[in-house]
Amino acid sequence: MSRVPLDPRTAPAFQTAAKMLLGDAQLRKNVRHATDVIQNKRRKLVEEKHDWQLLRESARQIRAHALQHLDVYLDEFERNFTRAGGVVHWARDAAEAQRIVVALVKESGSSEVIKIKSMTTEEVQLNNALEAAGIRAYETDLAELIIQLGEDQPSHIVVPALHKNRAQIREIFRRTMNLPDLGDKPADLADAARRFLREKFLRVKTAVSGANFLIAETGGICIVESEGNGRMCLTLPETLISVVGIEKVIPRWQDLEPLIQLLPRSATGERMNPYNSLWSGVHPGDGPRAMHVVLLDNGRTNVLADSEGRQTLQCIRCAACQNACPVYRQTGGHAYGSVYAGPIGAILTPQLMHMEHSQTLPYASSLCGACYEVCPVKINIPEVLIHLRNKVVEQNGWYAPESLAMKAVAAVFRSERRFRAAQRLGRIAELPLVKSEKRSFSIVGQKQATKPGWIGWLPGLLGGWTDTRDLQAMPKETFRDWWEKRGKA
Amino acid sequence: MTAAREEILQKIRSAKGVSSPEVAATAYAGIERSYQSSAQLSRKEILHLFEERLREYDASVYRASAAEVGAAVAGVLSGRGVHRVLVPEGLPLEWQQGAEFVADRGFSSAKLDGFASVMTTATLGIAETGTIVLQNVSGQGRRALTLVPDYHLCILSTNQVVETVVEAMRLLEPTRNLPTTLFSGPSATADIEMTRIKGVHGPRFVDVVLVGEE
Ligand code: SF4
Repeated sequence: MSRVPLDPRTAPAFQTAAKMLLGDAQLRKNVRHATDVIQNKRRKLVEEKHDWQLLRESARQIRAHALQHLDVYLDEFERNFTRAGGVVHWARDAAEAQRIVVALVKESGSSEVIKIKSMTTEEVQLNNALEAAGIRAYETDLAELIIQLGEDQPSHIVVPALHKNRAQIREIFRRTMNLPDLGDKPADLADAARRFLREKFLRVKTAVSGANFLIAETGGICIVESEGNGRMCLTLPETLISVVGIEKVIPRWQDLEPLIQLLPRSATGERMNPYNSLWSGVHPGDGPRAMHVVLLDNGRTNVLADSEGRQTLQCIRCAACQNACPVYRQTGGHAYGSVYAGPIGAILTPQLMHMEHSQTLPYASSLCGACYEVCPVKINIPEVLIHLRNKVVEQNGWYAPESLAMKAVAAVFRSERRFRAAQRLGRIAELPLVKSEKRSFSIVGQKQATKPGWIGWLPGLLGGWTDTRDLQAMPKETFRDWWEKRGKA
Repeated sequence: MTAAREEILQKIRSAKGVSSPEVAATAYAGIERSYQSSAQLSRKEILHLFEERLREYDASVYRASAAEVGAAVAGVLSGRGVHRVLVPEGLPLEWQQGAEFVADRGFSSAKLDGFASVMTTATLGIAETGTIVLQNVSGQGRRALTLVPDYHLCILSTNQVVETVVEAMRLLEPTRNLPTTLFSGPSATADIEMTRIKGVHGPRFVDVVLVGEE
């Protein structure tokens, strides 16, 4: 069941991949349908929370604070998790994380593991390492199972198989589970997965997971999920190994108050996801007897070192920015060449990879600001994108004026008020530059002649930039204005 | 391994400056928490909302007075056609009526899989989200009990129901080290074309008996 993982070091540039994927009508349809559904549900449930903005602000401060004192809280987590009978391991990079997990699985005496969906283990390409060591890994999240059995790649953080429809999923299950008569109703498919996996839950003695939050003061772990496969993996096996990015730590139990409210509403448009599991360490007679947490750096400390990019690490992986992103909705996740797709991927991947790879990712955005609006921890993604574009420019030694202009734009994005004002102004100021004929939506960075509705030439400072890249004209109404109006309708 | 630990912590410190528990504690105290943290609805409205949310998840909700619980359980179980029920230690005996009740004796996973139904009490209910909080205490038992069987009957007193998630998290603070599960409706997935399907691996059917005079 080997598959080639998404790897920014080998993936084609975003624009190249995007152009290819734009030709896949089925994929675009599936992605659009899924993101529409989640967005609608999310919007309803955000509107009913009258304290939503207060929750966001509190969560932002908690996450920023945790990063600012990350050394203190990791140390505190380690002490408390150890006191509670767990073992903490530290991994500088993906290879080290792979080595640690492979050794722990072997030590547990198992040649198989059951896995809970974890973008972090995707990031370190753990399944391939396990396989190379003769260890069979079973993905237990329905979407991850679809991906694994279909030898495919995840394309979304929360719903990794949203690019597949039921007919495609049935084909995969029919073939790999040997069920020639399988129906194509979603319930039939879920039931097939239930039967396929139940035997593994009862038999396999070692599990691998990620985590949503680590709680420093309790040495606790929080995992949120929907299907119950997570609970199976963290209660039935004898050994549990959780691979967790160092940025996932929060100081105290009370910090969960805003976070566990924001996450499900943002991620799946639910008031609460079906299961939240919280525990600290080993509890005799309840759950695994051996518990390991592998704390992963893998480039995160480099992101932390960049004071403007640092906020990227506040991310709680809800994927609301992906669902809201007009570029992601057109291209799907694979174009981003990394397990982290959409706006968060466009800022996270280049930073984790020191910008050597994925230099085009910061351009995979029209800077419409929708991602910032929906982000539950208020990561100013447009600001970080511009900061990264600026870095690309510096590295490539392009014209100084462009980098100056970038700084000006960055300043605008830094203030919400200025950003709104600039968006409104921008729509007026750009009028003479926009070709007027209506054509279908297109993405940034195409090399053909300028499309109607796209700005092909900009005066002054930005001139050099539009020589090589078309800017999409700003919509008549900003996303934000539209959003607010829809709310009232 | 310690080399990795030292190197990562060192990189963190040089990335953003050295912190200390004292400095962190002072800064922590300044974090704004002005979101809603107490109930705004009346007790009656809270219970009504809780029931409504549970029903949205397709759970059936029954009301009973303290003296009627056993009879209510017997009625619910016979309605479901359930004859044999797994129970944790510490569940009141007078509730165990209308079926054969088997106390958990640390059954293996395979043995647990032989039970189709489980009955427990709970620590809290959260009205705004229709959530029930389970912990590893007497009357609720270890986490696997309420996971492997396909049907869960949960008995909860009305005075354990709070309005908001925040109130619940604050009430849980003293027992935050216990294994704790918040569940909201039956297990579900939306992984196939965003269609919500009930029941993948956790219990597919959940019923709740609310006990109290209110
Ligand atoms: S950046 Fe914000 S919106 Fe995007 S996944 Fe992270 S937390 Fe969610």
